[in-house]
Amino acid sequence: MSINQTIRVLIAKPGLDGHDRGAKVIARALRDAGMEVIYTGLRQTPEMVAEAALQEDVDVVGLSILSGAHMALVPRVRQLMDENGLQDVALLVGGIIPEEDIAALKAMGISGVFGPGTNTEDIIQHIKQITAAKGGNAG
Amino acid sequence: MDALVQAMLNSDRRALARLLTAVENKREGADTALAALFPRTGRAWIIGVTGAPGTGKSSLVNALAKTFRAAGKTVGIVAVDPTSPFSGGAIMGDRIRMRDLAGDRGVFIRSMATRGSLGGLARATRDVIRVLDAAGFEIIFVETVGAGQSEVDIARAAQTTIVVEAPGLGDDVQAIKAGILEIADVLVVNKADRPGADNTARALKAMLEMGHPTARADLIAHHGRLLPVENLAGPTDAPLWIPPVVSTIAPENSGIGDLVSALEAHRRYLIETQALDGLERQHIEIELHDRLQAELMARLLKAVSGEVFADVIHRIQTRELAPQSAVDMILSLHNQSC
Repeated sequence: MSINQTIRVLIAKPGLDGHDRGAKVIARALRDAGMEVIYTGLRQTPEMVAEAALQEDVDVVGLSILSGAHMALVPRVRQLMDENGLQDVALLVGGIIPEEDIAALKAMGISGVFGPGTNTEDIIQHIKQITAAKGGNAG
Repeated sequence: MDALVQAMLNSDRRALARLLTAVENKREGADTALAALFPRTGRAWIIGVTGAPGTGKSSLVNALAKTFRAAGKTVGIVAVDPTSPFSGGAIMGDRIRMRDLAGDRGVFIRSMATRGSLGGLARATRDVIRVLDAAGFEIIFVETVGAGQSEVDIARAAQTTIVVEAPGLGDDVQAIKAGILEIADVLVVNKADRPGADNTARALKAMLEMGHPTARADLIAHHGRLLPVENLAGPTDAPLWIPPVVSTIAPENSGIGDLVSALEAHRRYLIETQALDGLERQHIEIELHDRLQAELMARLLKAVSGEVFADVIHRIQTRELAPQSAVDMILSLHNQSC
């Protein structure tokens, strides 16, 4: 049997952002890199994101936040994921994140923070590295 | 894997999710887990939902699941989306339309990509359905993009199949094209507030009247494969099921009650005419064929070296060997080595 290492990623938009262009660009770039991307759509609660991550058994969750509410939403998603037993699922954040918040987010266990203008290739490499480190879609 | 199965049976949702991944990826131990779970399967009502992209399948499943949840039933959903043939990746967006179901522990939604191997989707879908069935979900929806063989394959795993149409997708000749209509147990004209909805419903009804089987033998052909009449468990004078056409507007919940009634009527029909047993027997037969085919192919590919294949391909391309002669040759090589 071939060993299937397809990387599964949840792209979610928690909070009240009005558009999701960035999230769709990322979803498409990850698809083109051979990953399976589950996209939740706009205006998700942290509970919805954590539940979707659990049901879909993803390796990585990427949050896209433009509203400035990241310091409230991100720790809440991380906490709910941990409560669901998803401590081993990496959490990335993209969107409008001020420089001064990046260190604080990383201290919360966020593996990567990607602002506007990030090369999608950097995100793909980052995801490949963290999933390789834990052995793909580990069961 | 044993621990995972035990945890899943104790309603551990994380364990269920991981087991689904293991089964989908055919990871080591997955077959043993499936065998252990198999006696617990066969209890769920499996409903296939198919139709062209944009007809509103996900919204419809969302509305149906909400209605069944209100009646106290637990619901599993398998949403299948296509894998890109170029990158092997996929974007699965069915959850966007299923947000009403979030936060309800009686619902479990799983997105699956087609991953494109021959018959692989049908195998993986059946296995994923079985795990959800063993986990105790009472109703399992399987949603697929209606684009050819794959939904016929999936209809073969469902007991009731809904085909979703929407107005404005083509003239009535589209409706008589082979395949889609024949697999429908219930036809839905969704987006019924759009212009032309009445015409679509009328065209579908006309097609059903024109093309509806009048003999039981035709009904068997209906489910994808011609089988002799005596293979059916039910009495041969049982009434035939005529697929109803239901109009809905999924986001407004309009027509959903009628659709649920139509689904339940089909379920009752299957049980009362004892067609359910015959249907399951057909499904098992088809599945056995599929699995044997896949397994024999896998063993053959393992036994015959890549060089032999490359050589044979070259000889076919230079017209030295006809394709069927090549097959006979490879099989005889394989049989010698057995």
